Amino acid sequence: MAFFQAQEISISFGGLKALDRVSFTVNKGEIFSIIGPNGAGKTTIFNCINRFYDLDEGVFLLDGKSLSSAKTHQIADMGIARTFQNIELFKNMTVLDNLILGRHRKRRSNILTEMFFFKPVQRQEINSREKAEEIIDFLDLEAHRDQLVVNLPYGVQKTVELGRALAMEPTLLLLDEPTSGLNMEESEDLAFWLDDMKEELGITVLMVEHNMRFVKQTTDRVLAIDFGQTIIEGETNEVLNHPDVMRAYLGEENVCNA
Amino acid sequence: MRFLMKTDYYQDIRLFKYRSTFFWYLALVLGCVLLPKIIDEYMLSQLTFICIYAVAGVGLMLLTGFTGQISMGHAAFLAIGSYTSAVLTAKGVPFLLALPASGVTAALVGIVIGRPILHLTGLYLAIATMGAAFIIEEILVRWESVTNGNMGMMVDTPTIFGFGFDTEIRFFYLSLVVLILVLLLAKNILRSPTGRAFIAIRDSEIAAEAMGINLASFKTQSFAISAFFTGIAGSLYAHKIFFINPESYTIMQSIELLAIVIIGGLGSLHGAVYGSIFFIFLPQLIIISKDYLPSFVQDQTGLQPALFGLLIILVMLFEPMGIYGRWLKTKFYFEWFPLYKKDSFKREKKYQKAERH
Ligand SMILES: Nc1ncnc2c1ncn2[C@@H]1O[C@H](COP(=O)(O)OP(=O)(O)O)[C@@H](O)[C@H]1O
Ligand SMILES: [Mg+2]
Repeated sequence: MAFFQAQEISISFGGLKALDRVSFTVNKGEIFSIIGPNGAGKTTIFNCINRFYDLDEGVFLLDGKSLSSAKTHQIADMGIARTFQNIELFKNMTVLDNLILGRHRKRRSNILTEMFFFKPVQRQEINSREKAEEIIDFLDLEAHRDQLVVNLPYGVQKTVELGRALAMEPTLLLLDEPTSGLNMEESEDLAFWLDDMKEELGITVLMVEHNMRFVKQTTDRVLAIDFGQTIIEGETNEVLNHPDVMRAYLGEENVCNA
Repeated sequence: MRFLMKTDYYQDIRLFKYRSTFFWYLALVLGCVLLPKIIDEYMLSQLTFICIYAVAGVGLMLLTGFTGQISMGHAAFLAIGSYTSAVLTAKGVPFLLALPASGVTAALVGIVIGRPILHLTGLYLAIATMGAAFIIEEILVRWESVTNGNMGMMVDTPTIFGFGFDTEIRFFYLSLVVLILVLLLAKNILRSPTGRAFIAIRDSEIAAEAMGINLASFKTQSFAISAFFTGIAGSLYAHKIFFINPESYTIMQSIELLAIVIIGGLGSLHGAVYGSIFFIFLPQLIIISKDYLPSFVQDQTGLQPALFGLLIILVMLFEPMGIYGRWLKTKFYFEWFPLYKKDSFKREKKYQKAERH
């Protein structure tokens, strides 16, 4: 069943065609990866879903509903959460506050009721706190609960960012290079959490990932792109072993070595 | 080390986490209540100004210190509050209504001004707010039927249920109570979703938006609540100085308010109070200490403003973490914000070069 769909999406920056009629389909409850060399247009796909950029052509459909007319903040309301390639946390806040901020879309209060901190506001605060604590439990963040994010090591920051996205109770979670900068052990933890998110929380995950081992281990289906164009979409093994995909990565290796 | 046995999360959302904190604040308030008994009228009057500036400071702190939006036009909201209160009380409206009405009027004007310009950032926003303040000042000059134009207008003594705040000491208590209430309201906002949204916008607009925070709406709310508190301060200010005219609310005053929150420490409500104390008391201190300087220094003209300026510079330079660190952050906004998206991509490329992929 098609849960999330990109249909013939295109976008250009100046003369550069960053995405050229790319289509793919993510099924409900699966973990779907987008792979491709640097500059292929992967992050751009996320930024278009988030409506940071406007598509030139094409459309995204979530449960059959177009995202085209939504504003960025409304994308979150539709149940789409994301992390960023370079971590966009609220650095001068504690881990706990970052997680509680993830609850923003669930708020029922307004500035006037909050000003007087009425009972419903208090109950809402306690409720947010309980949700945040669940996530702290789930992601093993106890040790860092009250620390400022800016003082945490990179790997923990990535976990906090994942936690903040989970606090939004998303139906679709976008992860941009979740393992980059993580060590082996941290990547293992992440694979484990991804599995739990899929099995227990029923979250559909769309991720951009460079670590092929990790992709193989966690992912149901894969889209491979290069220069903004689809190479192939399909089952993980099929895509990873496809000659064009291997060539795209090999090509990049050569560039790196040159 | 203090251990807390957490029974439930209610403990964490209380206004004062520890009972001792509450008692310290209580002691402070009691101290303020007793203070008038031991100081002279002039000092008392200065204390009243501290309270008034602190109220306005709390307003600007919410906008600049917590939401990261700079305003160089806040004197205009002070003016709107002053004129609203002066005009209403002159027409016989009770002060108890005129005071909140001053805040509400300022907030409404804040929304009208804020909405169209709040997508601007950093220096551009600063200049736009300054422009808006010029317009408001001009309106106050031209709208003679209400404001009496450049001639200015006298302001009545405020009375609440027949009780007149006509002595230094009474007016001080009035200002103190208003300050405490404003601090409580501001604190409540800050420990609620709206306050967190403000801080989120300050720290990362991109992430805030991706979390579902409507930037336009929350920036406007921040502007409105900021104007509200500053308008309240304006009302007190008018009744304190008895006579107002548009020239009392200049760009200089806007900059002073900004200086108060920056010196006090952006991103803290305490900062608004500290900054006001610094701003009101320091010139006094300089005047007093002048008597102890050698006469050739004493006779130097312009000594007082120069010393004051020097002290401001020293605070900015040497206040170790709090003020200086946050100042850097505001500077970062100034320097990068108009180009933020573009540069975040530059960062991305650098990062990719450095890390494996
Ligand atoms: N805002 C932008 N302005 C100009 N070019 C951009 C912008 N965003 C992305 N690009 C370009 O689009 C291409 C794809 O970028 P991106 O999606 O970030 O690649 P990746 O697949 O590594 O995530 C790159 O050539 C990049 O320089
Ligand atoms: Mg990328």
